[in-house]
This record gives sequence, structure tokens and C-alpha cells, in this order.
Amino acid sequence: MTPAAREARLWYWQRASAMVLALCVLVHLATIIYAVHGGLTAGEILARTRGSFLFGAFYIVFIAACAVHVPIGLAAILEEWFRMPRRGARIVAGLYVAVAIGFGVAALEAVVFS
Amino acid sequence: MPAKLTVKVWRGREDGAFRTYEVPREESQTVLDVVTYIQRCLDPSLAYRYACRVGMCGSCAMTVNGKARWTCRTHVAKVARGDTLEIAPLSNLPVIKDLATDMTDFFDKWTRARGRFAGAGTRRDDFARVEPASAERREADAGIECIGCGVCYASCDVVTWRPDFLGPAALNRAWTLVNDVRDVERRERLAAVAGDAGCHACHTQGSCTERCPKALEPTRAIAGLKRLVAKAAGRGEL
Repeated sequence: MTPAAREARLWYWQRASAMVLALCVLVHLATIIYAVHGGLTAGEILARTRGSFLFGAFYIVFIAACAVHVPIGLAAILEEWFRMPRRGARIVAGLYVAVAIGFGVAALEAVVFS
Repeated sequence: MPAKLTVKVWRGREDGAFRTYEVPREESQTVLDVVTYIQRCLDPSLAYRYACRVGMCGSCAMTVNGKARWTCRTHVAKVARGDTLEIAPLSNLPVIKDLATDMTDFFDKWTRARGRFAGAGTRRDDFARVEPASAERREADAGIECIGCGVCYASCDVVTWRPDFLGPAALNRAWTLVNDVRDVERRERLAAVAGDAGCHACHTQGSCTERCPKALEPTRAIAGLKRLVAKAAGRGEL
């Protein structure tokens, strides 16, 4: 693949994942606002989330969209604001996202699948 | 209207400083009138660039009170803060001396973006028939009046961050050509403007569109290029 084609695809994937994230963030925020009505305890949350297929599927999509969107944007920020070379920026962005995705998957496992 | 203007003008190269001049205030005075008065009556060593004085040639752009503008068509009354003006060379370009910048990079980037028309017709062919109301021709017409003044380029933060970024003017030019149905290098041009030094670096902040003295919309042109490049990449044409 030529560099031009690779950049074009990265842009396309970031645009597509941004559309997914826009929807996910709205649902995520609406759920939080709805859930905190009338108090909030860990027991209440876990009672709703554990074993919920819908909840698990939604956050798998959310994490996948983050895994696509964040490294592309973060690498661009590192290049432009911190003048990092492209390769270095992509490595740092990739490592950051790997850790963040690890936290996301661990949280999902604890809240839904355990 | 005050009788005098206090004008701070950049003198020197990158490591220069502002020098202050007192200039008589006139009716309908432009910023270029002010600079010309300083050079002719106060300090003949002042370097600046202009040619047509009527907004056609794109030579006289400078930073006026912090914003890039074409000085021949900018009235002092519109931009002066009280009775003061600050005039500096354009940003994002090397300073040759005082208010004159080296625009080599700016125009080299038009070449890198394949900003030259490439047709297949010869002088023996009949005129090409292009429907003025067609979608492509309207897109090309919307961006065709660029005078190459460099105001958009000097206003673009992405050019500051990424010195190899082609910039709004070169990309706008490429957009007018990919919409020219007579042009035969569309694929090569899309490959030239793709990537991190090309249209994909644009953050859609819109400073170019905000500041363009000809009211063109390079932001729209760049967004159009992103769409076409994505389609071309999807078809494996890049």
C-alpha cells in the first residue's frame, strides 16, 4: 500500500470510529444520568450489569471504537504539538492505547462477565 | 478622526524589532498607503512588496494588528485600534527584510500539490464544452479566484505545526483542478495531496476561510479532497 493510500485509510477509519463514538458517548452519558437518579451503589450497578448481554455488547463496541480512534488522533497530536517523529509518535500512541484498552477490558470483565 | 496614526512596523529579519512612526491620518486611507508614506517620507530603507494596489496581484499581504490581510484593500478605519496600527510580515514564511517575506515555499507547495492544469487537447481540437451549471464546474468556479496572496497560509495553525503541510492555497488549487473535467491528472493529483503533509493534516479550524480576502473557502475545498481521496483509496487508485 502506498503512503497516500495508508493515510487515506487511517483518516477514513478515524472518521468512521468518530461517528460510532459520538453515538456511544451519548448513550453512555444518558445511562449515567438515568442510573444516578435515586442514589447509586455498587450493588445496584452490578445487579443491572452482570450477565447483561446488551450492556456487554454496547461496551465492547465502545472499546473497539476507542481502540481505532484514539491512537490515530494521539499520534497526530504528539507529532504536531511535541514535534515527535512519526514512527515514535505512533509507538507511544500505540502503547498508551494498549494500556487504556487493557483497563477497559478489565472493567468490562469485572462489571459484566464476572 | 485623529490627525495622526502611531504605527509600529517590523524592521529587520526574524530577529528584528518593531519601530514606531507617526503618519498623518487621511480620509479613506489604506494600510498600504500608510506603509508607502513611511517608505517615501520617513524611512526609505523600509522594505515591502506591492504591485497592483487594487486587490488583484496578491503581493501586499502583511500582518496587521495580529491578523493577515491584503493591505491595499484594508482601510485603516476598519483595523486601527484607536489611532494605532501594528504592521508585521506574514507568519509562517521566512522574512527577507522588514515586511517582505520569502514566498518560495508557498509556491513550491503549489507545484507539489500538482497545481498545474494538464490537458489532453491540442490546438487542433475544438473547444471543450463544459456545462457551467454542472456540479464539478460550480465547485471549481467557487475556488478559482485565488490571487495567491498567502493570507490563508499565514493564518493556518497547521502550517505552523507541520512546516511540510501543503497549506490551504495549494490544496484549494488542487481542488479546482480535480473538478476540471478537462484535466487528465486527477489520480496523480489526489495521490499528491493525500497524507499527513496534505489534506489529511487539516483540522478544519477554518482560519483560511475566515481570513481569505477573496471570500474563498479552502476549508471546504480540503474537505472535498478528503472525500475524493477516501473514495480513490477505496477503489485502490492511490
